[in-house]
Amino acid sequence: MVPYILCMILFLIGVYGIIAKKNLIKIVIGMVIIEYAVNLILILVGYRSGGAAPIITSIEGASREASTFVDPLPQALIVTSIVIGLSVTVLAIVLCLRLYEKYGTLDILHIRRLRG
Amino acid sequence: MILLYGLLIFMIIGAVIAIETKDLLSSVISVGAMGLALSIVFLLLSAPDLAIVQVVVEVLALIMMLRLVVTREDVTVAHRYRYGEVFATTIGLIFFGVFIVFASIVFKEMPEFGNPLLRVSRQYITEGFDISHAANIVTAILLEFRAYDTLGEATVIFAAIVGALVILRGKGRNI
Amino acid sequence: MKGMTLIVKTITRLLLGFIFVFSVSIILFGHITPGGGFAGGVMLACVFILLVLAFGKKTALDIVSEKAISIWDSVGSLSFLEIALLGFFGGFFFKDFFSKGSPLKLFSGGTILWSNISIGIKVFASLFAAFMALAIFRVRRER
Repeated sequence: MVPYILCMILFLIGVYGIIAKKNLIKIVIGMVIIEYAVNLILILVGYRSGGAAPIITSIEGASREASTFVDPLPQALIVTSIVIGLSVTVLAIVLCLRLYEKYGTLDILHIRRLRG
Repeated sequence: MILLYGLLIFMIIGAVIAIETKDLLSSVISVGAMGLALSIVFLLLSAPDLAIVQVVVEVLALIMMLRLVVTREDVTVAHRYRYGEVFATTIGLIFFGVFIVFASIVFKEMPEFGNPLLRVSRQYITEGFDISHAANIVTAILLEFRAYDTLGEATVIFAAIVGALVILRGKGRNI
Repeated sequence: MKGMTLIVKTITRLLLGFIFVFSVSIILFGHITPGGGFAGGVMLACVFILLVLAFGKKTALDIVSEKAISIWDSVGSLSFLEIALLGFFGGFFFKDFFSKGSPLKLFSGGTILWSNISIGIKVFASLFAAFMALAIFRVRRER
């Protein structure tokens, strides 16, 4: 229960960064923090207390080892999610660079004012 | 468990510093510190695959964000308090309190921390090694049982990178 | 961009081979030990990014040119799709058509090894292409 609440606080800090900050770099940082929080909460749901990593080390004791594994399904989904998050971050950074070239600033208020 | 809570609180402090500090360079660096703490958390929760991926991805993301910060001449945020900002911050904090109350009601219904349901993945755990002959169950799920997901993921990476290359193209074309 | 100082260049020259071999080993043994195509691919991209940062982008583009990056990118994604399509010979999409082999050896697990290799090539080529685009891009102020 307590780790879930801590994760939710982390998520909310990211949401605050996206909503309230005026700088585009801060908005990208908020996106990254939200991504971390979501990855972490899915892994926390799949954790079994005292569980072992889901890797089999010997053929004979495979079934005995398998009874102590943590949930491997969220891990398999999060591995892809982390790499997708990196490429989405790259896309956001590239958009920020283009906006900086066009307007000469990263402040969204100035960008909005220069429209048209 | 103490170590897990300590790392989570460290990540929260790092997030607050990253959002609130004026110097953009130090905010990017504190995001990097958060990512390394996250990889240690993954290691504590017995997910070594994720820990490896998170460390390497964090280094790469840090390099690319530094590329964005170094572009600017001034690396600090202009900071001025106005009436509207104080109002928005107050409303935001009230909203966050309400959100945490409702989220804690939801978290009571979720499986208790340390006792996963394992409804879907019990078959993967018990029979995955016999079916796929791969010792790493995570890789077996990723590339054997759920390979469609991985194919879609490769497509998403391709689309995002091609989009980035198109945006960074030298001369803009009039559409 | 001329690259960094002599100390950085020397250390990079010493370390680069080890990082390269380690990343290839993470890709190849992804079905036995922790790791796999994603981690190894990002690490392989980090090898070339270290090369760019230490020696300047001209040296790195001599080793892996822009054409080569796009070819590697296409090869990675197409070979993964090819593995999926070859399953039709056995009956359905993504059927594991390879021989399973004995467990806990390198050549085991059917198509997982080859899928790992193609995913690693794909991730490496994509991320390195994005980094090179960011490194070549110069901010021009239109005033």
